[in-house]
Amino acid sequence: MEFIIYKIILISAVLGLTLLVAMYSTYAERKVAAFMQDRLGPNRAGPFGLLQPLADGIKMFMKEEIIPDVSNKVLFVLGPCIAMVTALMTGVVIPWGPDLIIGGTHYPLQITDVNIGVLYVFGVVSIGVYGIMIGGWASNNKYALLGAIRASSQMISYEVAMGLSIISIIMMTGTLSLREIVEQQAGAHWNVFYSPLAFIIFLICAFAECNRTPFDLPECETELIGGYHTEYSSMKLGFYLFAEYINMFISSAIISCVFFGGYNFPGVDSLGLSNNIMAFLHAGILFGKIFFFIFFFMWVRWTIPRFRYDQLMNLGWKGLLPLSMVNIFITGIVMYLAGKL
Amino acid sequence: MSNVIAEPQKKEKEYSTLNLGPTHPATHGIFQNVLKMDGEIIMDSEATIGYIHRAFEKIAEHRPYYQITTLTDRMNYCSSPINNMGWEMTVEKLLGVEIPKRVDYMRIVIMELARIADHIVCNTVIGVDTGALSGFVYMFQWREKIYEIFEEICGARLTTNIGRIGGFERDFSDKSWKQINDFIAEFPAILKEYEGLLMRNRIFMDRTIGAGPISPELALNYGFTGPNLRAAGVDYDVRVMNPYSSYQDFDFIVPVGTKGDTYDRFQVRHEEMKQSQSIIKQALQKLEGMKGGPHHADVPAFYLPPKDEVYNNMEALIYHFKVVMGEVDVPVGEVYHSVEGGNGELGFYVISDGGRAPFRVHFRRPCFIYYQGYADMVKGSMLSDAILTLSSMNVIAGELDA
Amino acid sequence: MSTPADYLPILLQFIAALGFVVLTIGATHLLGPKRHTNVKNETFECGIESVGNARVPFSIKYFLVAILFVLFDVEVIFMYPWAVNFKSLGVRGLIEMFMFMSLLLLGFFYIIKKGALKWE
Repeated sequence: MEFIIYKIILISAVLGLTLLVAMYSTYAERKVAAFMQDRLGPNRAGPFGLLQPLADGIKMFMKEEIIPDVSNKVLFVLGPCIAMVTALMTGVVIPWGPDLIIGGTHYPLQITDVNIGVLYVFGVVSIGVYGIMIGGWASNNKYALLGAIRASSQMISYEVAMGLSIISIIMMTGTLSLREIVEQQAGAHWNVFYSPLAFIIFLICAFAECNRTPFDLPECETELIGGYHTEYSSMKLGFYLFAEYINMFISSAIISCVFFGGYNFPGVDSLGLSNNIMAFLHAGILFGKIFFFIFFFMWVRWTIPRFRYDQLMNLGWKGLLPLSMVNIFITGIVMYLAGKL
Repeated sequence: MSNVIAEPQKKEKEYSTLNLGPTHPATHGIFQNVLKMDGEIIMDSEATIGYIHRAFEKIAEHRPYYQITTLTDRMNYCSSPINNMGWEMTVEKLLGVEIPKRVDYMRIVIMELARIADHIVCNTVIGVDTGALSGFVYMFQWREKIYEIFEEICGARLTTNIGRIGGFERDFSDKSWKQINDFIAEFPAILKEYEGLLMRNRIFMDRTIGAGPISPELALNYGFTGPNLRAAGVDYDVRVMNPYSSYQDFDFIVPVGTKGDTYDRFQVRHEEMKQSQSIIKQALQKLEGMKGGPHHADVPAFYLPPKDEVYNNMEALIYHFKVVMGEVDVPVGEVYHSVEGGNGELGFYVISDGGRAPFRVHFRRPCFIYYQGYADMVKGSMLSDAILTLSSMNVIAGELDA
Repeated sequence: MSTPADYLPILLQFIAALGFVVLTIGATHLLGPKRHTNVKNETFECGIESVGNARVPFSIKYFLVAILFVLFDVEVIFMYPWAVNFKSLGVRGLIEMFMFMSLLLLGFFYIIKKGALKWE
């Protein structure tokens, strides 16, 4: 029973934190964009515009729901819900920090440590495609349909390369559990140093999976108006936009965990602090890494243009897919030569 | 009895129809494009216009000559001073007025500033349509600076009405000279920044090279002019071929592309901005020695007499009334005059029957001509290319439907 | 090793996420104004009346991508267990997997040569 109560507390904490980070990512995105474009950005709601995300959220709540007459109404509502639920589900397996020890009992800062962590993430992410596809199709709008088809073919194409790129990491670590992958990287043994190619491929695929520039074709406003969410309004639109930011947050967390040592940082363990403070310090380190990658996502978005559809497909299938296979070959051979077999 | 036997039905591939416009973010205005799509590829395109037709040419037939600038303003609103000055030069040609050199050079300064403003819009919108929004917002600050100059000179920003028939209403203030000098000093560095953002960006190059190309022959057959024709490799520029407003006194290069694709159009416009800067610099040097010279030609029929004379002198009062009402004698005849507008050869054809308003007016609007070629240019390309082609041709709805 | 108990939190998280989503959607449904008109409830077609249904037959190429995805993803899934046990399988496993991947690459080149990934 105690186990369940602890888990419920942890789940609500993680859920709240995810939503908070996603909310303030929207604020950060606008501030970063403003900074890059020599503007001020939101500065009216609250000091430095800090209440802007809250105001946006309330606005989303108070907006009229418009469901087109010709749409499929059940699926129209289901689409954004799926997108949001799947976005919230991925955070379960991420190890936020080492165990807390209170009264001799270990409380892990991870909702659950399943031994198929990586696979679970991929599985849930693939379900996310349905949210976009169902929403775009149910709208019964040509732009939305085109956006949905673009989104789904883009996401499934990059999923293959993403899945392949991480295999080299699994070959080295021998486990699918994210916690074990993180713990093996203690100190400065970060996987990115051992398999940089896998990191680059994974990063590009993460951009594509999150529909971020340069892969934001499904929602590029100059071609498809709003893409798959052309017909959406009020909180249903909010869910799609929000899911994108949550996905960005989770992607950053996974990149940090798999390639950048998660909550590890060289030299921190020798500080000699008490265990619980250490746990929070480690969690802070992980969040530092995550925020860097979120910033990186935004940095790229406000710097470079987007691909054309055929270029995107060519990059995914003819570029990244063979490259990630080559990466597996290289990893295998290097590990054989290094006598790790 | 004819043909009783039914012909075997041809199995045609079914294409989906996609409307690009009237209110589509990519059209940057109101016009329509009906696309027949096979997936992402455009099989057929049909360009439709008429959504903001305002009958400018007809309205112009009922207005005194000096009031027509409010119509020309609203054609290519990105470079309205060029339109206005083109119209004023046309009327001057009809009247046979001698324009002082100083007015010519002042006009050139304004027109080239307007050209820079127009090209900033076009080139940054190409960036926006490829997904790079930052350059757009960043560069718009500099367009804003140009508009501040216009505001200082004439009080208006977008639809400026900056000139008068015969020259300017008043001389530029010292502040506006300073603003122009500052702009010319600061702008090259900013342009370089923008160049660095996109010009050699791999994704941008992949997107724009080969997108919406047009051959020089086809471009000439359609009647393309301006940057779009020059990008296709034909070095036609009204400023050089048929100099007006003393452009022959200036030294500048007409940039020419090779393939006529979006990247070439981008580069041609980019280079033109640099050339415009050099023209303004030369004009400022020339104007330096003409301080205090005349700011308009000697056409009393279009310039109000001084206010105290109007109040104390009957002739002046009558003149004032006649000028305001546009009751001005204009010779009978017909005139064609063209200027190198932001978008290409902007022509004005006027027939005068001697009355207060022109008998017939026709505006040669480059965008109208470009848009005819658009359907041909996008056939067989992808949707994303079609949008880039549209923005790189700088089809402005105001100029499309006069 | 994971026990079934390890999967319980996933269920809890699912309930929490679902609860959040249902609550939010319900709240907006109640809070927002409801002034529906015929024009407002039309789909967006660039400001003109929509031509036909959006649910028309669509280009086969997209479908082809989906098929290829299924093929490749299944094979990627095969590689996970191998990768996890990579160290214990030794050189034999390495060579076996290289053979499998060579076959995969062969199929991949066949697809490219066939033009299944050509867009123009």
